[in-house]
Amino acid sequence: MIEVKLPSLGADMDEGTLLEWRVHPGDEVSKGDILAVVDTTKAALDVECWHSGKVFDLLVEPGRTMKVGTPMLRLLEPGENAASIPPARVPAAPAPPPAVTAPPAAARRPVSPAARRRADELKVSLDSIQGTGPDGAVTLKDVEAAAQARPGRDRAADMRRLIAAAMSRSKREIPHYYQTDDVPLAAATEWLRTTNLGRPITERILLAALFIRAVAEAARRHPDMNGFYVADEFRPSAPVHVGMAIALRGGGLIAPAIHSAEQKSVTEIMRDLSDLVARTRAGKLRRDELADPTITLTSLGDESVRAVHGVIYAPQVALVGIGQVRERAWVSNGAVVAMPVVTITLAADHRVSDGHAGARFLADIGERLQHPEKL
Amino acid sequence: MDERQLRSDLIGLLQRVAPEVDPGELDAAEPLRRQVDLDSIDFLNFLISINRQFKVSIPESDYEKLRSLDDIVSYLLKAMPAPSGGSGKASTSAV
Repeated sequence: MIEVKLPSLGADMDEGTLLEWRVHPGDEVSKGDILAVVDTTKAALDVECWHSGKVFDLLVEPGRTMKVGTPMLRLLEPGENAASIPPARVPAAPAPPPAVTAPPAAARRPVSPAARRRADELKVSLDSIQGTGPDGAVTLKDVEAAAQARPGRDRAADMRRLIAAAMSRSKREIPHYYQTDDVPLAAATEWLRTTNLGRPITERILLAALFIRAVAEAARRHPDMNGFYVADEFRPSAPVHVGMAIALRGGGLIAPAIHSAEQKSVTEIMRDLSDLVARTRAGKLRRDELADPTITLTSLGDESVRAVHGVIYAPQVALVGIGQVRERAWVSNGAVVAMPVVTITLAADHRVSDGHAGARFLADIGERLQHPEKL
Repeated sequence: MDERQLRSDLIGLLQRVAPEVDPGELDAAEPLRRQVDLDSIDFLNFLISINRQFKVSIPESDYEKLRSLDDIVSYLLKAMPAPSGGSGKASTSAV
């Protein structure tokens, strides 16, 4: 018997609300399957399965808000027999036949009558409460504390607070230095044009994918831009997980990761990127995507500004900003020509690197963009 | 295809990318991307959904012709194959 508990879906998450089950009792599941969708302050996130087995019963109803660690469902291990399961802590839960939804079942725990009444009045779910009475009994005080702590489900306000905290921390702790360079994109745009000519619309590449690829490759060669600054020391990361800052409609932003971008082709990165943007906008991200970017890239888009000087996401140590690609007057071989140009900026952590290193990193990104066919 | 139906289908697809779009607020003659705040990936996803739904292939060189909702409607009306046995021009006389 495996008990699946609500995992922490991010460093700042201590509870979640079950939105929907993706499995039913009797379903065979394996590692990587999506069991449920849980709402958090940042987004609705998938809860993945880490084991193989058969769903025995579901312990939580959709709509419930629960603490991280709350048992959500039980799995039969391969070969395990339903008859061997200890009587569920659920009143009269029969071993459910497949395809029949089991009655929503809550773990039965001692609850004082006064607490039960109060919970009812305050519309607090008893299942989400850690009892402090004898045998974990839920007391009146526990119910009232839970009602107090109940978060308002105003995601926009929650997100504003998260961003405020993260950015304040960054500006308080990280001595940023900034650098800027203009990069001509004739080669990159021409390469894209000819590459996309032969591709169906679903396979076409956007400039953003080239930027991500160039940043990832440069970050791999400049390890002092890629990793985390924790406990007064820098821990470089071998893989380059590029966080893409994605604005949310209605305000706020999230920077989920494109994993191991240094090992992916431009086409793979493009596929990941459009998938990531679609899921971010739909509020459906996986936990690891939110948790672990090693460097962030922010691009305010091609209808936007010339340059962006970003704020590093602690504990990362660098952020690359991509401005709008515009045609500008550019001197090439002694002549002024019209040239698509982008302004790229670097915000880096001066505890980890110096201006010289930053300049080399930035120049490396620019240089790579001159040879898109090699990216 | 009926133009009104096409417009409403397009708004449906647009709302998948930008759920808060209010059809009443949308100016069909104005450029879409700034009005609705679509970045290049949103716009590409919108075009991909058009491609899937209407089976019309849109070369990249045509993207710049597709600035407003009106642009997209007239582009599609020109490009769309008459549905088999459907209500294309060829079959209107038969109805």
